[in-house]
Amino acid sequence: MKLEFAVYRYNPDVDTKPYMKDYSLEVDEGTDMMVLDALIKLKELDSTLSFRRSCREGVCGSDGVNMNGKNGLACITPVSTFKNKKIEIRPLPGMPVVRDLIVDLTQFYTQYEKIKPYLINDEKTPAREHLQSPEERAHLDGLYECIMCACCSTACPSFWWNPDKFIGPSGLLHAYRFLIDSRDTATEERLSELDDAYSVFRCHGIMNCVDVCPKGLNPTKAIGHIKSMLLKRAV
Amino acid sequence: MVTNAASLGRSGVHDFILIRASAVILACYTIFMVGFIACSSPLTYDAWHGLFSALPMKVFTLLALVAILVHAWIGVWQVLTDYVKCVSLRGVLQFVFVVAAFSYMAAGILIVWGV
Repeated sequence: MKLEFAVYRYNPDVDTKPYMKDYSLEVDEGTDMMVLDALIKLKELDSTLSFRRSCREGVCGSDGVNMNGKNGLACITPVSTFKNKKIEIRPLPGMPVVRDLIVDLTQFYTQYEKIKPYLINDEKTPAREHLQSPEERAHLDGLYECIMCACCSTACPSFWWNPDKFIGPSGLLHAYRFLIDSRDTATEERLSELDDAYSVFRCHGIMNCVDVCPKGLNPTKAIGHIKSMLLKRAV
Repeated sequence: MVTNAASLGRSGVHDFILIRASAVILACYTIFMVGFIACSSPLTYDAWHGLFSALPMKVFTLLALVAILVHAWIGVWQVLTDYVKCVSLRGVLQFVFVVAAFSYMAAGILIVWGV
């Protein structure tokens, strides 16, 4: 069985513009593999092909790429998903390309940094730990699992157009994770930082983020909760 | 925090409220008009004139015209800030659009109050 690939190639030191390069892999009939395994095999054929990967099991979020038009993690996407069609692999859209499938995620991390992704608690430090009831802890489910692969934010048109002003689905999911955390005491300051026309309200509920999230999370829902919190605070 | 001066609302929350409140008015107006047209068969000049002669309808239409202005102002500002990155061009486009929207509203008011 032959697997056909078209991979985005761009080396700014050599190429004047990006191009798609065709590759094919011979694999045993009836076998399957993840797209990352295929990329690793392609790299054995062409060592100039560049991509990021680390854990190879959907935990680290390094190998977010665009496969046949949809963002996802190469390491947990089986090639059989594409039903023997040619697989087009491109870098995550909207971000500057460093080389081939590697993108510069500086803007993504800058937005993440803006939401202060750490617990802020100005109360007296407890002797052992900040206690949280099981119900309070349950609020964090569906939020803390984000691995920051950037699949969601780079699938979001609002983030494409305003990556410097709109926090993006991933950052806002994390923002809500801290807003709803019973141990965090900086809710008011956090909401004040988000209370403008871009940071949160550029989300128009397109829901590409929900469609592509490899962890099955729902950033749109979290953003809706933030909007409600901002609304309750303002009226 | 990112500031904005060209939108209608004072903040993101204000825009959010304005755009939804105006959408409710526009939805009510659309449903009413579709209902009126569907239930007034045949739709004669007298029926149409009678509808717009009533003060409540004039007020309702005025509300809808203001709602269009508010809704479109914020909506166009959002679209322009997405797609037009040249600030001076965006400022000109926003100005032209807002002037046109105000002109439509003024014309609409004069027409409705002339019935």
